[in-house]
Amino acid sequence: MELLGCCFEVQSVTTSFKLSSATHGNALKDLMEDAHKDDNLDTRATSRVGIEVDNEEGSAAESEDDDKESEKEKKVTAKTRRGNARGRARKDSEEEEETRTAGQHRQRNRRAQRKQAGNEDSDSDGESCKNKKNRENQISKQQEPNEDGEEDNKGGRKGRGKNETKQGKKPDEKGKKEKDNKKKDKKKNGSSSSDSDSEEEPITEEELAKLKEEVEEKKKLIATLRNKPWQMKKKLDVLKEAQLFVEKFEGALGKGKGKKFYAYKVMMTKKWMKFQRDFENFKTACIPWEMKIKEIESHFGSSVASYFIFLRWMYGINMILFGLTFGLVMVPEVLMGKPYGTLPRKTVPRGEERTAMNFATLWDFSGLAQYSVLFYGYYNNQRTIGWLKFRMPLSYFLVGVGTIAYSYMVVIRTMARNANEEGGGDDTSFNFSWKMFTSWDYLIGNPETADNKFASITTSFKEAIVEEQENRKEENIHLTRFLRVLANFLALCTLAGSGYLIYFVVRRSQKFALEGLDNYGWWERNEVNMVMSLLGMFCPTLFDVISSLENYHPRIALRWQLGRIFALFLGNLYTFIIALMDEINLKLEEEKIVKYNMTIWEASLYNGTISENATAPPIQVDPADIPRGPCWETMVGQEFVRLTISDTMTTYITIIIGDFLRAVFVRFFNYCWCWDLEYGFPSYSEFDISGNVLGLIFNQGMIWMGSFYAPCLPAINVFRLHTSMYLQCWAVMCCNVPHERVFKASRSNNFYMAMLLFILFLSTLPAVYTIVSIPPSFDCGPFSGKTRMFEVISETLENDFPSWFGKVFNYASNPGLILPFILLMVLSIYYLNATSKSYKEANLDLKKKLQSQAEENKKRNKQKAQQSREMEENSLEAKPKQQGSKQDSAADQGAQKGRGDKESKKKTSHQQEASPSQQHGPGPNAHYSLHGRGGSLAPPSHIAVTRPPVPRGYGMPGYSPRNPRFEGFPGGHPRMPRGTPNYR
Amino acid sequence: MLKEEREFLAVFNFSYLNIQPSCKDKGKEQWDKNQDSETEMGNKQTIFTPEQLDAYQDCTFFTRKEILRLFYRYRDLAPQLVPLSYINKPDVKLPYELIGSMAELKDNPFRQRIAEVFSEDGEGNMTLDDFLDMFSVLSEMAPRDLKAYYAFKIYDFNNDDYICKSDLEKTVNKLTRNELTPEEVSLVCDKVIDEADQDNDGKLSVEDFQHMIVRAPDFLSTFHIRI
Repeated sequence: MELLGCCFEVQSVTTSFKLSSATHGNALKDLMEDAHKDDNLDTRATSRVGIEVDNEEGSAAESEDDDKESEKEKKVTAKTRRGNARGRARKDSEEEEETRTAGQHRQRNRRAQRKQAGNEDSDSDGESCKNKKNRENQISKQQEPNEDGEEDNKGGRKGRGKNETKQGKKPDEKGKKEKDNKKKDKKKNGSSSSDSDSEEEPITEEELAKLKEEVEEKKKLIATLRNKPWQMKKKLDVLKEAQLFVEKFEGALGKGKGKKFYAYKVMMTKKWMKFQRDFENFKTACIPWEMKIKEIESHFGSSVASYFIFLRWMYGINMILFGLTFGLVMVPEVLMGKPYGTLPRKTVPRGEERTAMNFATLWDFSGLAQYSVLFYGYYNNQRTIGWLKFRMPLSYFLVGVGTIAYSYMVVIRTMARNANEEGGGDDTSFNFSWKMFTSWDYLIGNPETADNKFASITTSFKEAIVEEQENRKEENIHLTRFLRVLANFLALCTLAGSGYLIYFVVRRSQKFALEGLDNYGWWERNEVNMVMSLLGMFCPTLFDVISSLENYHPRIALRWQLGRIFALFLGNLYTFIIALMDEINLKLEEEKIVKYNMTIWEASLYNGTISENATAPPIQVDPADIPRGPCWETMVGQEFVRLTISDTMTTYITIIIGDFLRAVFVRFFNYCWCWDLEYGFPSYSEFDISGNVLGLIFNQGMIWMGSFYAPCLPAINVFRLHTSMYLQCWAVMCCNVPHERVFKASRSNNFYMAMLLFILFLSTLPAVYTIVSIPPSFDCGPFSGKTRMFEVISETLENDFPSWFGKVFNYASNPGLILPFILLMVLSIYYLNATSKSYKEANLDLKKKLQSQAEENKKRNKQKAQQSREMEENSLEAKPKQQGSKQDSAADQGAQKGRGDKESKKKTSHQQEASPSQQHGPGPNAHYSLHGRGGSLAPPSHIAVTRPPVPRGYGMPGYSPRNPRFEGFPGGHPRMPRGTPNYR
Repeated sequence: MLKEEREFLAVFNFSYLNIQPSCKDKGKEQWDKNQDSETEMGNKQTIFTPEQLDAYQDCTFFTRKEILRLFYRYRDLAPQLVPLSYINKPDVKLPYELIGSMAELKDNPFRQRIAEVFSEDGEGNMTLDDFLDMFSVLSEMAPRDLKAYYAFKIYDFNNDDYICKSDLEKTVNKLTRNELTPEEVSLVCDKVIDEADQDNDGKLSVEDFQHMIVRAPDFLSTFHIRI
């Protein structure tokens, strides 16, 4: 019994040391001084070891005959008391941070021991604890027979060590400390050394390793100090202490470069981060109009911003198209082609010369503009031009095809990427929380930006609220369904009616055209245009009214609206194409006549001057005087350019009148008006997303259709998009008000993209048709003289490639090869589609699983919380039973240990002995490691039961000992049990 | 008022004179120059001892230069109050009004909370240590966990170690400048608790908060003040 008491005292010394870092540090200082004085590493290590073994004797309650030994024992008891008192005081004052430090020390020590123990890296403390105890038992058993021999060894070693260091007491203290930290390991060492009859060397090395490790720990503490959520004062104190420790030991171990290296590393990371930051900034600065769009988004919501993002995307595409046509067609022609006035196709005809430079003519893109590089007709059919031998007709054809192909590629690729993003989906499980806690940007240091940010946060909250309300909305489903069907029916009726009207009007106008327009008045001539614009004006409003029946979420309503207006506009497109085809047919007929006249004219020219003299040089006729064909391609190009220009003008005028003047009127006449203009009838206009998006899409369709015949079209469009970006940004910010229900746009603009793709498809049809099946004009354009435009390819193949290539190409274009190829493609598309579908399904499944799991977790947590609450109530009665019983889960063990510790504080050591011995069988030394230690340490455990017993990764059994303490928010939940007590 | 200022000036001059002998080796011109140019390396010994600087570097995420710059920022808030030497560890505190008027914090709706959380007295009056601490945590080098811990404290308005509904309401109102209706605010708060509360106790504990914030994509980029 006496021995046991002694053991316990020593044990508590350990704890007190662990608790009070200050004591630790001071004692270590002494120790370090000694170490410094000695340069010989080995000697020092030996001395230390010897002392430690001494201490071990004391702690193991072996026989102590040495005087010094007893002296030390006295000191130990004194220390014990002091340490205990201090520990208690700390606990009372509830200085959590202090306790945390203590915990850290403790943990560090434990970690060191674990490392020593080698393979004890099991996750649960409880388990490892058991193992350790078992081992301990074994060790102690082994030790008994070898005691004598060991003693001898120890004595010898000790003596030697003392003689050599010539400092008896101080090493003693040091030894004490070391022992405190690693009592058990030493015991193991001792036994193992005695078993293997090994000398000091291995022990010395181990000692060294241990010391190194401790220094490393301290270093790590210094390195991670800045990560600790402490007050600066506290940090400074801890730092000083740790630095002292490291300094001394490092001097001993000859290692001092770590810090410099660390500083260097930190510097490099900082530099790298700064570079990254700058690069990010640079990247954002490179995105055009990003700030403008952000500002609009913050005031008008993401739906309006989505239009502008779409506009910007279109701008990008058009820049590329413009680059293609400009760089590969227009510039080479200007630089290397024959100059203006050399050919009939490059000269203004005599009849038009007078008006060719008039502004009205130029504005109409006829006159000089018509016979310029801007249009198809200007280009010569010379196979190569300039010293570069640039193959102009081929380039023209390939650019035309490439424009379309590139557009397809980009649109489809963007759609696929967007679909991917959508499929991956954003995690909306913390939608509101993230909005609340992470939306404020702490970087904002500018009142204006701050205002924007406030607006944007408010907007985003409103968006989220709308979504939430839509989710919650539960109404009469039958009524809604009926209304929706009715609305669709009405919309269909409107569309069908307008479709028929367009068809009717077009037929009529064709009839008029055949009979000659001169017999009819203004209305008959402009009937089609008028009908189209009237429809375009009223139908969207009608659709708007209809869609209010449907009661959709605004985002979905926008889609319906877009789809309906899109269908309506298709009629527009239809009439336009019909008119164009009629025109082309007319021109083709005219061309035939001109061709016939040409031959007559030429004949008369030759006949009139020198008859039948072919060798004479051809007569110089001014190119302006030569009669020429109508050149339908240029006409088509002109049509498209005019349309684009007029479209742009209409948009701008609408913005200025409909938005700006209205806003000005409302704003300033509100002072002197009978009713409130701002909230009453005219009010400010909202931004019309659907109209603008459709305008953009149809405009782009025009570009795709017309760019083959008017290479200037992409340039015009780039200009248009550029100006409209600024104009609309300005108009939105200054004259529009946000929508009544600010709604969140879908993350991808895929709906817009789908419409764009459709329009792209529709617009390639006529373009391809004209290229493939209509013969080019005989006297203008790069393909003049050929029966079809695509012949330029075969011509190139024949002339510029080796003959075998042409043969291969011929074989490859054989239908017998092409058909299987197409079949193969269809099959692979089918296969890929099927797999992607299955992936999608799997994805959805996983998502569902995750969701249900999260819910289950929540439920379980709740249950656990309840259980632990109940347990708290019954804890006093339940405790003894539970201690006797065996625990399965590490969690339960942890919680229970906490409880046990609490008890152990109050009760006598007798009880502490009882429980572990019951659990692990009779071991002479088994018990004192368990509760004696944690007893004075463990925080009050009453909270351990109000909280779920196993919060993952918060210093509980699942907590990996390697991680620094901070990972688990030490300060955050002060009343949580901080890890299991230090079981050995 | 004027008298007070003069007094401060007197104190300042006094300390200034006191310090001068300690930097005898440097000329007076350089001394004056250093006062103007903040990032001058030459005068660091006069403000902090090298040990102090090293210690601060170990305790914060700043380099020597940045610490000095922060010191000057701190001092610029009240040149009369803050001495030019911290070798003797003077006990100087700047009131919250001065801290909150910094350009970095001026527009932040949570500036008061930030100051309160990082100040030792909990009322927003900051010593230089607190000041360094604050910007260290809010620097971009600080790890997510540290930031999350302090973010939790900032949003915990009543300091009860839980973010409860009243805290959330305060947060929302600060974020939106009271532009949401009370119903909307309460809807938002309910949703937040519903989303983030893992143990169904009707309030967010640190673990709940941590659990939620580590998944947030832009927490690190927004909870960060560049100085």
